[in-house]
Amino acid sequence: MAKPLEEVMRHPVHTVVTPEKRFWLLDYLSTVDHKKIGQMYVLVGVFYLIVGGLQALLMRVQLFSPDNHFVSYQLFNQLFTMHGTNMIFFAAMPLIFGLMNLIVPLQIGARDVAFPFMNAVSLWFTFVGALLVNISWFFGDAPSAGWFAYAPIGLNQFSPGHGMDFFIIGLQIAGFGSLMGAINFIATILNMRAPGMTLLRMPLFTWTSLVASGLILFAFPPLTVGLFLYMFDRLFGSHFFDAAMGGNPVLWAHLFWIFGHPEVYIVVLPAFGMISEVVATFSRKRLFGYTSMVFATVLIGFIGFMVWIHHMFTVGFGAMANSIFAIATMLIGIPTGIKVFNWLFTMWGGQIRFKTPMMFALGFLPTFVLGGITGVMLSAAPADYQYHDSYFVVAHFHYVLIGGVLFGFFAGLYYWFPKVTGRLMHEGLGHLNFWFMFIGFHLTFFPMHLAGLYGMPRRVPTYNAGVGLEIWNQLSTIGAFVMAVSIVLFAVNVAYAFIRGKKAGNDPWDARTLEWTIPSPVPEYNFAQRPLVRGLDPLWMAKEEGKATVPPAEPLGPIHMPSNSYLPLVMAVGLFIAGLAVIYHRLFFTVLGLEILALAMLYHSLNDDEGYHVLPEEQPLAKGEGA
Amino acid sequence: MRLKNRIGLLLLMIMLLFGLTGCQRAEMSVFDPAGPVAKMQLSIIMISIYIMSGIFVVAMGILVYVLIRYRSRRGQNQPPKQVEGSWVLELIWIVIPIILLGILVVPTVTSAFVLDEKPAGPNVLNVKVKASQFWWQFEYPDLGIVTAQELHIPTGTKVNLQLETTDVMHSFWVPRLAGKTDLIPGRTNTMWIQADQPGQFQGKCAEYCGASHGVMDFLVVAEEPQQFQAWVNKMKNQQVKPASELAAEGEKLFAQNCASCHAVAGTNYKGTLGPDLTGFAERSKVAGVLENNEENLRKWIADPAAIKPDSKMPRLPLNEKQISAVTAFLRSLK
Repeated sequence: MAKPLEEVMRHPVHTVVTPEKRFWLLDYLSTVDHKKIGQMYVLVGVFYLIVGGLQALLMRVQLFSPDNHFVSYQLFNQLFTMHGTNMIFFAAMPLIFGLMNLIVPLQIGARDVAFPFMNAVSLWFTFVGALLVNISWFFGDAPSAGWFAYAPIGLNQFSPGHGMDFFIIGLQIAGFGSLMGAINFIATILNMRAPGMTLLRMPLFTWTSLVASGLILFAFPPLTVGLFLYMFDRLFGSHFFDAAMGGNPVLWAHLFWIFGHPEVYIVVLPAFGMISEVVATFSRKRLFGYTSMVFATVLIGFIGFMVWIHHMFTVGFGAMANSIFAIATMLIGIPTGIKVFNWLFTMWGGQIRFKTPMMFALGFLPTFVLGGITGVMLSAAPADYQYHDSYFVVAHFHYVLIGGVLFGFFAGLYYWFPKVTGRLMHEGLGHLNFWFMFIGFHLTFFPMHLAGLYGMPRRVPTYNAGVGLEIWNQLSTIGAFVMAVSIVLFAVNVAYAFIRGKKAGNDPWDARTLEWTIPSPVPEYNFAQRPLVRGLDPLWMAKEEGKATVPPAEPLGPIHMPSNSYLPLVMAVGLFIAGLAVIYHRLFFTVLGLEILALAMLYHSLNDDEGYHVLPEEQPLAKGEGA
Repeated sequence: MRLKNRIGLLLLMIMLLFGLTGCQRAEMSVFDPAGPVAKMQLSIIMISIYIMSGIFVVAMGILVYVLIRYRSRRGQNQPPKQVEGSWVLELIWIVIPIILLGILVVPTVTSAFVLDEKPAGPNVLNVKVKASQFWWQFEYPDLGIVTAQELHIPTGTKVNLQLETTDVMHSFWVPRLAGKTDLIPGRTNTMWIQADQPGQFQGKCAEYCGASHGVMDFLVVAEEPQQFQAWVNKMKNQQVKPASELAAEGEKLFAQNCASCHAVAGTNYKGTLGPDLTGFAERSKVAGVLENNEENLRKWIADPAAIKPDSKMPRLPLNEKQISAVTAFLRSLK
């Protein structure tokens, strides 16, 4: 990326002048740096994780006993709708994108993502989309049709308030953000790898991020189309999903689940990647069966598009369709099994160190295996007629989404936190955090399997008394509060790290991949010199040769950096205004918002911003590195 | 210690799964099937639990062994041997799951086709199930009977259900008799059930359908064929005569306030928007959820939305005395 000094000098002067330091808040609002964007993604994700978690606690209090009236039935329905929506779209997705932003460019030896400006647009679209859905509480009514918003319950006739409009428009805007983010990461991973990093030398987290981005690219368009049709039905009086007027409510269900099932893999595959990194590092061993891990990842992503009917086994498509999709679903168990056994055999023969990230990875294994087991059980269509829409399903997908995604995410967060902040978290607190979460989790969700098999449907604000459901619900409620404690412990640990945490150094975990060759926190240009990659785990290779770090692939030189810009934020604000206005049929403000968006895009297209250069003498951390 | 805790916890959970399944009161338990459909489904559930438990035990056995055997120890100066992988092992954990899944596929597919059959013939009872927010109607087209909230079926007979909805999606679920089939606007779905023993089987709506989804209950009442026939005869030859003066007063109020939505066989009341109330006093539940007694019936009539929010039944302009009268009339509908 860096141009020879002479070439830089021929450019207009402004390209070599480092921009003035901005106030930190303004810096973050205008940043195009993948690391700061990643941090903000993580903050958004953690915020909605807490919001969704509080909503879950309210539901668990309501379900502590039958015929409880802690919240009204309607409020309960809003709570589970917002809980699901927040957790999937505004907690899991931003957390995944956050860690992808923070780590993927570092793992492939890049200085930023391929399109830094678009990266900021993705973040702010996600941000305003989440905001739009969640402010519905303050505009009278939150959506209450469930996170998959089946028609016709979500259409005007049965959801007359504006809550569902907020849901549709907000998801649409956030979805644009996700799509752009995916395109960005595909371009980044395919084009910006350091010299020598072939595809089969990429760390597994990068691989899973690539596959997840590919899934987003193909899975989000059906959702976008579906949401557009939904928007026309609700706001402009069309009848795509209204059976009474010749529409078909099952069409929405198809579009939603064609998106919805790959969505599971979109969030869980990067978590698999994090687990792979953590297990290899803390066993001090190369990932066992790297190639088959990569192929398993690709295979899961591929088959993931051919199983969506298993969410709709009870719709009545007939034995043939159900059998085909049952078998396709079972097939996913095979590459998933490959992954589990490869993780186990990575540890086999290793020197396992029980640091906090590893604890979460080890907690992930039995939990996720249980989630996979119930997944195969659910795939047997005739048996699924019993499980479907019962608490058994609730248990299953929480085992996958918490046991898989959240445990994986916490493993990754504890693992990379020192890289991002330069500080180490407290190990004792970390272990405490893990045990509270692990025990709380199983206490909450294991009983739900049984509640479901004893006849408890999901999405119910009350349940039949005296048929053996009370005890399981009470255990779940207690477990939910134990999990809440674990989140508090996590917050304490983060605060501890910032106040008293030890300095991390480049490589606190004796790790294997490129991100650990550079200082913590990472300088804005990441690599003063791009590294030369000669195999899988380049840092480990260097260590084996007795060298301190990976050899550089280029001499020191000026580094070309993109300029900060407020335009992504302006564009998102424009879309937010348009979205809010269209919900209330305010044509003027809708057009105004879209004009702000269009003008910002036009300005960005016409503005010839060449960025700036960081000269070698401005790279204090570069000295000594790569020498 | 940590390790032991973990193992203990896992064992406890497995014991919970297998140990406690047998000792529950089982009105709605999938583990206590009362007909061939639920039995077939339970057998697949059990096969899959056995197969999957085997895989779980193997994987966790390896995990536990690895965690004990390969913990880092003091004095390990050299890093461990870096192993690339093993194609033999990869092949093993591809082939064995394929075989196990193959075992699971057989009952899955055969049962799917058996459950998909549409039984017909003179020995099959046809019932049209119509769901609305938040109640169930059961129509016996061959017998000319309409009832609501309680589906009467004879034991040992295949019952062919035609499922339709008048508004949003619902799902028909009687855990002890059969898994779910959805009721979808613009579609007619079918399923069949059969009860092998007499009894009352709790049914639930299993597809989220609005504010009162959680209390959209119904009952399946399975009776010996003779008793079922007796019930059919009674339903077909209804004669409504109020038992008391209060009930007669109640009938007048019913005609003014209720009859536009509710039907009662043997009278001129033919409303179809709400549940058919023929033989109401014989039902075991009010509105499908409350025990059928005078107090609960009064409570329901006084304020339906307090029991089922968003219920289509309005709060009628009746005073206490009038409610007593209507209650008396309804309780005389035997």
